[in-house]
Amino acid sequence: MTGMSGGGERVLALLPELLLLLGAVGGLLLGLWTPQHRQWRVRLLVTVACLASAVAAAVALPEPAERVFEGTWVVDTTTGVVRIVVALGVAVLVWLASASLAGHPRETEAYVLMVLGGLGSIALAASGDLLLLVAAYLLASVPLYALAGFAKDSAGVEATMKYYLMGAFVGVLMLVGVAALVLAAGTTGYLDLAALLPEASPALLAIGILGVLAGVGFKAGAVPVHFWVPDVTAGTTPPMAAYITTIPKVGAVAAAFRLLAEPFASVPLDVPLLVAVIAAVSMTLGNLAAFNQTDVLRLLAYSTISQVGYLFMVVAVAARTDLAVPALAVYLAAYAVTNIGAFAAVAAAPGARTITDWATAVGRHRWLVVSLVVCLLGLVGTPPTAVFVGKLVVFVAAWDGGFAWLVVVAAINTVASLFYYLRWIAPAATGVATSESTTTAGWGTGPGTSAGTAQRVVLKPIVVLHTAAVVSLLLGIGSGVWLAVLLPS
Amino acid sequence: MLLTVVIFLPLVAAGVLLAARGLSGRAAIWVWIAAAAVDLALIGWMWWRFEPGEGASGVVDGLAHEVDLQWIPTVDAGYHIGVDGLSLPLLALTGVLFLACAIYSLREQDRPHTYAALFLFLQTACLGTFASLDLILFFVFFDLSIVGMYFVIAGWGHGNARRSALKFFLYTFIGSLALLVGFIGLFLGSEERTFDMVALAANPPLADSPVTGGLVLLAIGLGLAVKTPLFPFHTWLPDAHTDAPAAGSAVLAGILLKLGTYGFVRIAMPILPEAWQRWAMVAVVVGVISVLWGAFVALAQTDVKRMIAYTSVNHMGYVLLGLGAAGLVASADEGARTVATVGAMYQMVSHGLLTGALFLLSGVLWSRGRTYAFDRWGGLARPAPVFAACFAVAAFGSLGLPGFSGFIAEFQVFTGALQAAPVATVLAVLGILVTAGLFLLALQRLLTGDTLAPSEADPDETGGGPAPQRADGDTAITTRPRTATRMQDLRGHEVASIVPLLVLALVLGLLPRALLDVLEPAAMAVVELVGR
Repeated sequence: MTGMSGGGERVLALLPELLLLLGAVGGLLLGLWTPQHRQWRVRLLVTVACLASAVAAAVALPEPAERVFEGTWVVDTTTGVVRIVVALGVAVLVWLASASLAGHPRETEAYVLMVLGGLGSIALAASGDLLLLVAAYLLASVPLYALAGFAKDSAGVEATMKYYLMGAFVGVLMLVGVAALVLAAGTTGYLDLAALLPEASPALLAIGILGVLAGVGFKAGAVPVHFWVPDVTAGTTPPMAAYITTIPKVGAVAAAFRLLAEPFASVPLDVPLLVAVIAAVSMTLGNLAAFNQTDVLRLLAYSTISQVGYLFMVVAVAARTDLAVPALAVYLAAYAVTNIGAFAAVAAAPGARTITDWATAVGRHRWLVVSLVVCLLGLVGTPPTAVFVGKLVVFVAAWDGGFAWLVVVAAINTVASLFYYLRWIAPAATGVATSESTTTAGWGTGPGTSAGTAQRVVLKPIVVLHTAAVVSLLLGIGSGVWLAVLLPS
Repeated sequence: MLLTVVIFLPLVAAGVLLAARGLSGRAAIWVWIAAAAVDLALIGWMWWRFEPGEGASGVVDGLAHEVDLQWIPTVDAGYHIGVDGLSLPLLALTGVLFLACAIYSLREQDRPHTYAALFLFLQTACLGTFASLDLILFFVFFDLSIVGMYFVIAGWGHGNARRSALKFFLYTFIGSLALLVGFIGLFLGSEERTFDMVALAANPPLADSPVTGGLVLLAIGLGLAVKTPLFPFHTWLPDAHTDAPAAGSAVLAGILLKLGTYGFVRIAMPILPEAWQRWAMVAVVVGVISVLWGAFVALAQTDVKRMIAYTSVNHMGYVLLGLGAAGLVASADEGARTVATVGAMYQMVSHGLLTGALFLLSGVLWSRGRTYAFDRWGGLARPAPVFAACFAVAAFGSLGLPGFSGFIAEFQVFTGALQAAPVATVLAVLGILVTAGLFLLALQRLLTGDTLAPSEADPDETGGGPAPQRADGDTAITTRPRTATRMQDLRGHEVASIVPLLVLALVLGLLPRALLDVLEPAAMAVVELVGR
């Protein structure tokens, strides 16, 4: 792209986003002219757009960081990683969702909304301007409201209402925060803010920072604006739950990271400490609440809250250590893969909502349990999975940034999290054991009838689950290779 | 390259076993035995070719079969493995004990494929931990060993297996995370920012910040103490040992406990020499408390397996006593400290062999009568002479009778530690007395007197454990254990697995030079590094 003129280069800097947008619009148009039973074409188009976008982002990754469109859109390593993760994530989730959406009257709309939400997530990560941040917040929220209640059942509608009301409320907070910052500094661009905010009035600053952080915290599902996460996750379908707990979180955490690295880097308030406390509280509350969950979706929902806690550890040290950028990149990618895998495990047995039902439903599929174990232990951070590498780098970065206590809190929380993941792993693993070893009738009938509806397992999510498990292991074991490519230091 | 093959050969075999569903159960175990045997042969070859070197050698130099590949470049963690005098004996012990467990499990009826695969996976994890020369790699294998053992206990244990497995996992996972925190501290404290053990030992981090160094040592020590286990972190051990299957207990006691003590020698002492010197007395005290506590609590047990489990706490206490004494630089000369370190290392190998044999023998009791209670067994010398002979030999070896490896180990620990910590050493010798008493008591209860045994259950019928009995209440009455006067003696595969362990313990007791030649240069290197 070196030979092009200045104007063309600036547009092409957004090629990955443009490809996603084209995919969304094209998919919508194609869907209008496609019969109901051939909607797989739309799926294919959307997938191709996502893959093309990921490839474009990967190609652009090694190029030096730049700010396009008057500094509002930042293209750097963080943006690049979010682009790739989101694009690939959306592509996978489209296929995961298609298991339950195929033949649905509004199938096309679902795919289009998923792509648009992904675009919003990337915009969150890339925005270098407060006003763009607000717009990205809306773009990453509105499609998700529709997706959360897509099944139109009572649980879904309730989830949507809760999500929407909470989102609207926090959106207002965020606008107040942005207004306060604009009032304090007279500008919205991050670079100008970084220069002007240190001299601004502390009261305005405090309001502004709290408001803006509330916004990104809501999208990330961090405490104290996490209340929507379990209800929405449990109310919607498993693929949508996977989408809502993965895609916007990735963008929101990156947005928070950029906020702390740039405009809030040298303000007179101790913003890193605030974020560190948010991180500590998120992981602790998420873990404690997950302890007694018997519903697999609610368990995973609380687990995502605690995962955001670990991610916010890097956000806290965004401006303090060189390790922060690679730590964020590694953990974001690892989290997305593993989380999608865990939700795919739920989607594989759509009728099973509790842990025991799930274990019964997959009783005969030994490899499914193996992959689940890899994904769940991956979420704990057991080596050699991707999240382990992520956690390791995050811990190092956090300690290096001066938050040794946060590392200790995170380590204790990791042990605590093991407890509830094992509550799922143990029946799944030993349940398989019993069904294999004893062929007597005593075991077959008892649990079998109680979960008769949950006996069916679906193919596509199984493929996604296995892929996620393998990718998680490969990303962990092969981290030397892909980190060298991704983040040449 | 050879070392990599040694480490990952069992894992490959495990993958093959999981993939080959058509294989019969017995064939699966044979694949396991073959893989373990080949692995042991390769380790034997490494031992044969190993040059211990003259004078101090090991830890920072004289590493054989070294491989160093980059793994996580952002934090300079790599796939760095190698063999020296510290790791080679433990690698060999791992090979021997896993092969013994494979032979012992020849008649395993309960999901033999998965069982064999899990043990092979565990073997890779253990070998990898001993061979690691990178902190993160060490942590990776260390953690994987916990995961593998969790599934062994939860899936094949008896009694309250799931609860014990959970307790084991949570305790040791806390330990491993403390370890990780400590490793990160080492990384950030080092000048060149690396996780490489060799580089860290050559240029110890945190040398000029005693508080941070002490805290990092505390984190690492905590992690290793949970694993070892030392008083007061040992409470997971009796439950996990008692409820694990026999082969699982043997590996848990024989190998996994050594991961903790090995960590002290390999990581805590050479990398944090200054902090280790300052806090060596704590290690000595904790070691002595573990010795006495383990011995006295073992004395009070009414369950054979729990008793053996507590003697592990006792035996690991001697290791810590020796290692602590090696850090008391001011009050002992280098020769004494080397002897103490050699003794501690010798104790690791010796304990692995003898406790492995004892746990396998207690597994024989379970397979015959589904109970470990002392008062359900008696006079076994008459119906089961081979069992009685093996148990007696293992018990005498374990209490430190001259002629067995345990004596060489404990003698050296006491000799080395006496100069530096006389009071502690004298107290620890008392532990030997108690251990001798409790083993003699156990021998008396089990082997002498009127023959008493729970009615013999057909192993084939009850292969699935007690669960089927519980499932249908009708048969529970008929299968309730009755008292009988017969017990089947050791079978061929049990003899073939247990006797070699005892023979090895005897050989190491009579011809200690074979092992000392390898251990001494490395122990001297450790003592030199600690003395900096």
